[in-house]
Amino acid sequence: MTGALALCRREFNAYFDSPVAYVFIISFLAVTYWFFFRGFFVGNQIQMRGFFFFLPWVFLIFIPAVTMRLWAEEKKMGTVEILLTLPVREYELVLGKFMAGFLFVFVSVFFSFSLPLTLGCLGKLDWGPVVGGYLGTCFLGGAYLSIGLFLSNFTKNQIVAFILTILLSFILFILGEDIVLANLPEFWAPFFSFMGLGRHFNSIQRGIIDSRDIIYYLSVTGFFLFMNVIYVTRRR
Amino acid sequence: MIEMDQITKRYGETVAVDRLSFRVAKGEILGLLGPNGAGKTTIMRILTGYLAADDGKINVSGWHLPEQSLEIRRKIGYLPESNPLYPDMGVVDYLSFITSMRGVTRRDRKRRVDEVIKIAGLEKMAHKNIGELSKGYCQRVGLAQAIVHDPDILVLDEPTVGLDPNQIVEIRHLIQRFGREKTVLLSSHILPEVAATCSRIIILNRGRIVGSGTPEEMSVRARGGHAVTFALNAPSEAVITRLKASRPVKNIECLGETGEGIWRFRVITDDDIDIRETIFRMAVDNQWVLTELYRESLSLEEVLQHLTVEEVVP
Repeated sequence: MTGALALCRREFNAYFDSPVAYVFIISFLAVTYWFFFRGFFVGNQIQMRGFFFFLPWVFLIFIPAVTMRLWAEEKKMGTVEILLTLPVREYELVLGKFMAGFLFVFVSVFFSFSLPLTLGCLGKLDWGPVVGGYLGTCFLGGAYLSIGLFLSNFTKNQIVAFILTILLSFILFILGEDIVLANLPEFWAPFFSFMGLGRHFNSIQRGIIDSRDIIYYLSVTGFFLFMNVIYVTRRR
Repeated sequence: MIEMDQITKRYGETVAVDRLSFRVAKGEILGLLGPNGAGKTTIMRILTGYLAADDGKINVSGWHLPEQSLEIRRKIGYLPESNPLYPDMGVVDYLSFITSMRGVTRRDRKRRVDEVIKIAGLEKMAHKNIGELSKGYCQRVGLAQAIVHDPDILVLDEPTVGLDPNQIVEIRHLIQRFGREKTVLLSSHILPEVAATCSRIIILNRGRIVGSGTPEEMSVRARGGHAVTFALNAPSEAVITRLKASRPVKNIECLGETGEGIWRFRVITDDDIDIRETIFRMAVDNQWVLTELYRESLSLEEVLQHLTVEEVVP
């Protein structure tokens, strides 16, 4: 695991070596805070629902921006040749990059924690949905990240990787939505409902931590990371 | 140390390396020489585990590729052709990163990085970002990352390309110093480069070996071939046709008109054939005036050119 940790450190620092990290964190917080405060004073309730309701949509744009460079940039600069000739196993490379992306998203989300803390001071905040929401955010973020990391393999162009990730994440996200299910044969409805990234997030952010949701997110993340390892191994 | 046996690599329809076999002994500096597209980079990429060969066996210090790729990669230091680096990283940070990826223990990391910075002459640039360095210094960083784990084998793909003459000499000294104890495989398309650094040369063309030997052997081989330059007041087609018919020559080319109907030609012959007499007689028989006639030895470049050009002609 030394290789994975070393790569994770490099990738994580790489975000902060350029203005990317600062631009990302500031815009991420600006957008999420705006969505939160938009409904907060109207609803006049101490709760974080507005924040978590829009978070999957914000992630849909922001996480592909985190993952798009992870492989595409290495390919474009040719550094992938150094990386793949180092004595490090493929799964360590994939894990190192994934962990760096996850850590970066975690740091960005961490800054938003000032919101529940402020709400806690203002009135009586129900911490269940807040903790559930943040937990769901981590799982959903992990799933999006694994999709983005995988797709970043297929191109040298970061913009292409960005758009492809938005597209696939969006399809997986809306799969469980009612509007999609209504147009499907009844037989398939439960299957697609289970496959949708969004539906599982809804139950977690209500504060209900169901093992099925957690297993689902871990499976999606694991599947795309596994595919990524296969891809890197096969490209030799 | 390195044994490549019947290695083949195809890119779609194109055969990049064609049943190629060679050995490199410990302490040897082997130069792969050939024009662009000869298969040098592909061989190096296969050896370093970046690409897998379609066919053939590779043995490196008793380990086999691709089964024991990880063990082989531990023993090899590699500088790819384009010397890819992360421009946003600092020199020390980058070398520390490579050291930890290479599994050097935490205790030895700093010492190794300090050592290679000294060896590569990067002391003044150590705390700069790679993006701020000149090409020569970038090449030193690339070389430093290749030797930072003290590998047994060093693979350098065109290590001096794009450098100025002073930098070339410096890098050459670095490679020679390293090659005293280790095995070095380097590629180039510049002959003096390889002749100056390597203990043995392999000439490649179209993925095959077309010649090999020590630089001295190659020079002897070069002296074997001769070129004759001459000038005549005759139409170029007639001279070329007659000369081709009269004697087996390797190559004849018209160098152009030198003035007032006098054309200059250059003929390349095999080892012992002296074609000057034939040219003289041809001129006399046709009542042409011979204004120039001299013989010279082929340079090492010309030997390379001939070995590689001959292959192209089916």
